[in-house]
Formats: sequence, structure tokens, C-alpha cells
Amino acid sequence: MAMTRSLGETWFSNIRGDVLAGTVVALALIPEAIAFSIIAGVDPKVGLYASFCIAVVSAFAGGRPGMISAATGAMALLMVTLVKEHGLQYLMAATVLTGMIQILAGLFKLGSLMRFVSRSVVTGFVNALAILIFMAQLPELIDVTWHVYAMTAGGLGIIYLFPLVNKTLPSPLICIVVLTGISLYLGLDIRTVGDMGELPDTLPIFLIPDIPLNLHTLEIILPVSLTMAAVGLLESMMTATIVDDLTDTESNKNRECAGQGLSNISAGFLGGMAGCAMIGQSVINVKSGGRTRLSTLVAGVFLLILVVFLGQWVSMIPMAALVAVMIMVSIGTFSWESLVNLSKHPSSSSVVMVATVITTVFTHNLALGVGVGVVLSALFYANKVGRIFYVTVDDGEDNNHRIYKVVGQVFYTSATQFAESFDFKEAVSKVTIDLDRAHFWDLTAIDALDKVIIKLRREGTDVEVVGLNEASSTLVDKFALHDKSEAVDKMMGGH
Amino acid sequence: MSKVIACIDGSSAAGSVCDYAAWAASRLAAPLTLLHVLDKSRYPVENDLSGNLGVDAREHLLSELADLDTRRNKLALEQGSLMLEEARQRAVTGGVAEPVLRQRHGHLIDSLTELEDDTRLLVIGKQGEEHNDGSHIGDNVERLVRALHRPILIAQGEFKQPQQIMLAFNSSAMTRKGVELLAGSPLFQGLSGHLVSVGKDKQALNKEMEWAEKTIRDAGHDIQCAALEGEIEPALHQYQQEHGIDMVVMGAYGHSRLREFFVGSTTNNMIRNAAVPHLILR
Repeated sequence: MAMTRSLGETWFSNIRGDVLAGTVVALALIPEAIAFSIIAGVDPKVGLYASFCIAVVSAFAGGRPGMISAATGAMALLMVTLVKEHGLQYLMAATVLTGMIQILAGLFKLGSLMRFVSRSVVTGFVNALAILIFMAQLPELIDVTWHVYAMTAGGLGIIYLFPLVNKTLPSPLICIVVLTGISLYLGLDIRTVGDMGELPDTLPIFLIPDIPLNLHTLEIILPVSLTMAAVGLLESMMTATIVDDLTDTESNKNRECAGQGLSNISAGFLGGMAGCAMIGQSVINVKSGGRTRLSTLVAGVFLLILVVFLGQWVSMIPMAALVAVMIMVSIGTFSWESLVNLSKHPSSSSVVMVATVITTVFTHNLALGVGVGVVLSALFYANKVGRIFYVTVDDGEDNNHRIYKVVGQVFYTSATQFAESFDFKEAVSKVTIDLDRAHFWDLTAIDALDKVIIKLRREGTDVEVVGLNEASSTLVDKFALHDKSEAVDKMMGGH
Repeated sequence: MSKVIACIDGSSAAGSVCDYAAWAASRLAAPLTLLHVLDKSRYPVENDLSGNLGVDAREHLLSELADLDTRRNKLALEQGSLMLEEARQRAVTGGVAEPVLRQRHGHLIDSLTELEDDTRLLVIGKQGEEHNDGSHIGDNVERLVRALHRPILIAQGEFKQPQQIMLAFNSSAMTRKGVELLAGSPLFQGLSGHLVSVGKDKQALNKEMEWAEKTIRDAGHDIQCAALEGEIEPALHQYQQEHGIDMVVMGAYGHSRLREFFVGSTTNNMIRNAAVPHLILR
């Protein structure tokens, strides 16, 4: 269906809204890109170039019109060690490799793997992300003069209160302008963006990462790239779903995977760091009226223009203003509703959510957090489905015949319970196992059935299995032993 | 492949679309469906440029946008029902006893593609509701004609019972199909036909024309033939005016997109300058 969408629709159907929203997003991207560069331990220009490049490339190649991709906190957190130990060149190489992995993921349609990530894990992910972004601001708030606290508090005040007066100017921008003005006017001796490293003074230029091309390099960057590729795709898929829901339209998830790969490859070659879709910025974009690819393009291009031409002003922005903006981003990213829901939702969902958050916050690795969340959800699910199971015992036509009726799902979690439902001590000549309403899912279940049958036979009981439905019988035919006499003999240890 | 589908919107062409659809449906003895598509991308969005993220920003934005959509869509749905009701009455007057009314959400072209298997003839207006300036083709028309593989009748002007039909003949597979359609379809039963070709390669064309003429005559139709010279579009339209033709039948988009980009598309020119309905064959 998406084939029939014209260029006009995905680019130019909402020009006014998109240009305005793109501008608002560009202004909000600047503090974020700088802040995430600082998290990663690189010059602000690395994050700014990356944000420009990723936004522009994903405007064309991405799969979700209206979504904003740029340098992100989730990715920045993963590259800290690499930058510290090996330096910027390795980061750029890892960024390119991340992109290549993501393109492969797109080709192999791994976007569909998102269905294994449950809602609780997604909530855990965004909460962990919010906490990490907040924690990354703490170094700027520790061991500083009271001016910084006052500035940050004032900044937050402007951000949240200014929209009550005026909704046509982005309040984070007002916050930055006002705080920079105050700091310059009073000549405050507080940290500014300029203290954090180099800002862009030219347009980005193409460069090949200066690293030895050998296996040792690959050993260094591959683990980082794999994790970044996974986290980047996760956050992008989540963001795409959020934008889908907000705009009530569809996205092409596999195109998004490949598009993001292309963005990261370009970012790596233009001296930028890896990035992905941004939940907060995408929400801001939609809220500001952005809907099509044009909004993403405007955001990227406008960002670069602002930074290159206003570079010397940008360097005067006090860090306190940036911290205020980032605190807003973390407050907006966190799902406060989920705290209320902790008591309302089933405890297994809450455990999954909290486990995802805790793992991530302690390891600073969102991929690990999500992994733990996914495994826990799967276990809880297996446990729940395994409980849909019971066995009833009836007398047959005479006292010497027992009929066991098995109802429900038999697989590795319920197989033991299945085996324990039979009374092997009871001496009867015939046992019927009625599986009409049971499902046998895996080898553990088949194995349990085999053992039950063999055990009954050893007691001298005739065993009849009825109603093995189609799904189960395929499995039984393929793997089960009890209907192959040789195998049974072997299992019984011979005669 | 049984229904005549008429696309009804709020444009000035809707009445004419409805009349021509009713005419075609009664001639073909086919059921008539009046379709209105609620295309969401056409609704403007409200801007909030404050650019900040409050507590539970996603949830609030979602419920806000959903509320907005609910109100808009309710209204649009009602408006659509009114349009369709008006169209229904017109179709009943036009001789179709029980037209089916349908509204669908989504993109116009997607909706029509979904209905394609069930479509015998599609009737649309030259422009959608946002244009009303006459000499312009709506954005959807060209894409629609390219996307769908069913005959499309592009209504134009006030309804007038077609009497004189002109088939623009260029010996392509498409227009040969048109000849067979003209010969066989109840749509053209009892109307007088004109078989018109424009081109330099007279000899090759003449042979094809003979075949076409014979096919149509054998089916018991009254047919006149003409071979014109010059630019295709002006020549055809001149003939159309001179002979009081009130419906043109033609094949669509015979050339590659690349050539059309440079040379321009005959089909687009024909539709743009049309004074009478055009039946486009795919």
C-alpha cells in the first residue's frame, strides 16, 4: 500500500506545520546533541555533526515520516568506555560498523523481532533511559556554586511556565537565551558549553576513520557496534510505534532499520557518533505539528546552520541551561503513569518493568536491560500458560480400567505436573490417556508422555492413548519413542 | 468485477460524477456503489510550538490528538453521509434503483485498489474538492489512472446523455481493447461512433483502422472513420468539437515516465483540455 504514496504526500503535504515543527526540533536538538556528546566523552561538535547527518539521511531513507533521529543518550552511554580507552577514531569506525549491522538487520527483516519485546519492557526501557539522562546531568550539579542551582531552577521554571503565556515560541529556547543573557550580564563564572570542547566551525567534511584495518580493531569495535545496533534499533522501533500511535498512521519498520544504518554510516564518515530515533524529540515534533519527512530534514539542516553560524554564541550557553533542558527531556521521557500502574498491573508485569530499569541503570547498557526484561517476560508467560492444565481421573467400564483426561498445555513448565498426575501405584489392567483437549508443544512434553506410558506398561498395564490432536501428533510422530518398539526396549534397558 | 463505483466528494464535480455513474450503471445493468473516502492527511493539525515535554507527555499528546481526530472524524463522517445521501437521490433520479453507499477511511487510491477486483468501471471527477479552477487535473487523477487497471470515466461538465462517441485509435494494445469494448459493451449500444486516428504512418494505421471498423460494424454499430494529421491532442479535440462528440474513449499513458517527463503526456493533455467526459482504458 505504501507504494502508492507519492513524493508529495510524504514530503510536501503539510509544509507549514513541518517547517515550524522542524525549527522547534532543531532548537531542541542543539542542547541534546551537546549534552550527549559530553556523556560520550567527545567534543560537542561530534554530537552536533552526527545529529545533522542522521536527521538529514533518515529524512530520506527512514521508514517513519515525522520521526526525529539524531545523536541520542541511549547510544552515547554505550560508547563511553570505547572513547575513554581507544579514542574518537575508533568511535567513528564503530559508528560505521553499527550502521552496516543495522542495514543487515533491515535486509533480514529483524524489525519484526520487536514483537517479543513486551509493553512492560518498553516502559522499563523509557524509564531507564529517562533515569540515565537525568543521572548524566548530575556531574554538572555537584560541587558547584549556588548560582548554578538557581540558574537550573530558573530554567526549569521558564520551560514549564512560559508556554502558559505563549505557545508560539519554544520555551526551551527562551530558557537558553534568558540564562545565557543573565550569565553574560552578571559575568558569572560558571561552566559554559565552550568549556566542554570544540564546537563546529565549518560544515562537516568526509573523512575515513584513522584506524588500523585489522582483526584486532574489529575485536575492539564489534562488541560495541553490536550493542549499539541493537539498542539503536530498539529505541527506533519503539519511537516509530509511538509516532504511529500519535499520528494514527503506519510506518515501514524494516525500511527504518536500513535507513538508520545508512544514517549511521554517513555519520561515521562525517566525524559524528552513532545515533538513533529520539522518543522525546519525535513527540515534540508531532506536538508541534510535524508529520512528514520534511520536518526531519528541516530539523537537521536548520540545526547545522544554527550551529555553524552561531557557534560563538552557542559556546557561551551556560551548562545550567543545558541541564535544565535535559531534566525536562528526562521528565518528559519517563512514564510517570507507570508508577501509578505498579499497584494496578499484574505483579509479573511490574517485576519485568522494574527489572529492566534496574539492570539498565546499573550496567548503563539498555541492551542488557531489555534482554533481562524479555527473558523475564518469556518466563512469566511460560509459567502462566503452563498453569492452564489439569488432569481428571475416571473409572472405565469396570474397576480395572482408569481413564485419565488431560486438558491444557503440556510443555517444559507443565511436563512434571503432567507426569505427577498419574497414579502408578494403582494396579489396574488398562489405562486410557485421553489427550483430546491437550496440546503437546515440545520435546519435554513428549518425553514426559513416553515415560508415563513406559512406566505404566512396566506395571503390567495396557496403555491406550486417544485423541492426540494434529499438532501434538506431528511432534509425537517425529520424536516419540513409545510407538517404536526397538526404542522402547532400549529405554527400558533391554530384557 | 461487477460494480460501477462513483467517487463522491465535496467538489463541484460530484453531481456530474453521480449522473454519469448512474447512466453507466443503468446501461451496464450493474450495481452502483457511491463511495466517499475520508482521507485523513487532508485535515490540518493545530500547532503547539512550546517545544517542551511535561509529565507523561506521550500519553497526554496521544489523548489530545485522539480527541481531536474523534471530533473531526465524527464531523467528516456526518458530512460524508450527507454528500452520499445527496448523491443517492441524484442516482435514483438517474434511474438506478438502489445504489449502495459506502464510506471508507484511508487514502483514496488505497481504498480504490482494495475495491479493484470488484470494480467494472470507476467514475471520478477531474479535480478534488481543493481545486476548482477548471484547467487543472487533480493530484489524484493521474496516480489513480496509473495505479488501477480498470476503465475510468472522468466526468466533465454538466451531465448530457452521450450520443456521439469518439475512440482515439493508435493501434496500441490498449486501444484495440477499446475497439472490442466499443463493439461489445452495452455501454455504447445504439450510440453512433467515431473512430479517429492521428499519425504520420498512414499505411500501417489504415490497415489497423480497417480491422477496427469491421469489428465495430460487425457488432451492429454505426461508425464513422477519420484519419487526422498534426499534433495528437489538438487534432482530436478539434474533431471532437466539430462533430459534437460527447464522450471520448482512449488508452492511457502509453509512453515511459521518462519520455513523459520531457515530452509531456498525451493522456494528461487530453484530460486537462477535455470539455467532455473521457473514458480512460487501462
